[in-house]
Amino acid sequence: MRIDCKHVWQHISAYIEGDVDAVLRAEIDKHLETCEICSAVLDSTRNVVILLADDRVFELPVGFSQRLHERIDRVI
Amino acid sequence: MQGVDSELEAECIRRILAGEKHLFHDLIRPCERSIYILLFSLLKNEAEAEDAAQETAIKVYLNLRHFRGDARFRTWVLSIARNEALGRLRKQGIRREESLDAASDDQTGDYTPAILTSWREVPTEALEQKELGAILRKAIEGLPEIYRNIVLLRDIEEMDIRETAAALGISEGAVKVRLHRARGMLQKELAPQLKAFAPKRKGLFWGRA
Repeated sequence: MRIDCKHVWQHISAYIEGDVDAVLRAEIDKHLETCEICSAVLDSTRNVVILLADDRVFELPVGFSQRLHERIDRVI
Repeated sequence: MQGVDSELEAECIRRILAGEKHLFHDLIRPCERSIYILLFSLLKNEAEAEDAAQETAIKVYLNLRHFRGDARFRTWVLSIARNEALGRLRKQGIRREESLDAASDDQTGDYTPAILTSWREVPTEALEQKELGAILRKAIEGLPEIYRNIVLLRDIEEMDIRETAAALGISEGAVKVRLHRARGMLQKELAPQLKAFAPKRKGLFWGRA
């Protein structure tokens, strides 16, 4: 069975998670070999996920930890 | 890794309960960021999330003897944080129908991504530039709430699917569907903007951005 681009897009997130079965993975891989568009969609989605995981994207409020531990000290 | 962690945690908890109270600081520290991010995702307000995080830590301390080792410590802590947030939302009279309603998850994850014919990775070092972080944050803020929560926990805080589901009180299936949609939305919004942050290819003078 040959899968089309739309079919690949439906599984992009699961593919990145490693959450697709071997048969589907093989079909997607085969499609990616020849489809520049889907390769770029997959790579850009994966890149977004990698960037989001960086702690600099979402920083805690300045002094959050210190205030938290001061509060804990008042209780324990 | 998790096995070792949970043994250390269990030992730490035993000592705290036996009187070495100061060890509670070390026990809660690895969970701080997750607590705050979960609370921020639910309460959508920095000051409120911080206040709720402090209340959560106190409740964790006061209930420590009730922790049963069958769940991961962090998962247990996050369930306390979630209850704290839901209690506050109830007090404010805010009903949480949106995130409790899984009906919209029945559709397939059909979306059209941003179509690119070439893509170069944006290295994480590019985050040194403040604009990139701002663009990413703005895209997350622009997501509908049920998707934003998932992104904050799974992709920003890197909890696994199971822990994300437990923290939000939804099924793992719902997490996967929402995660898929959220990533699709982010790709569509971000990919065209991120291309500007990709390293320039040497010897390319016709400036394909």
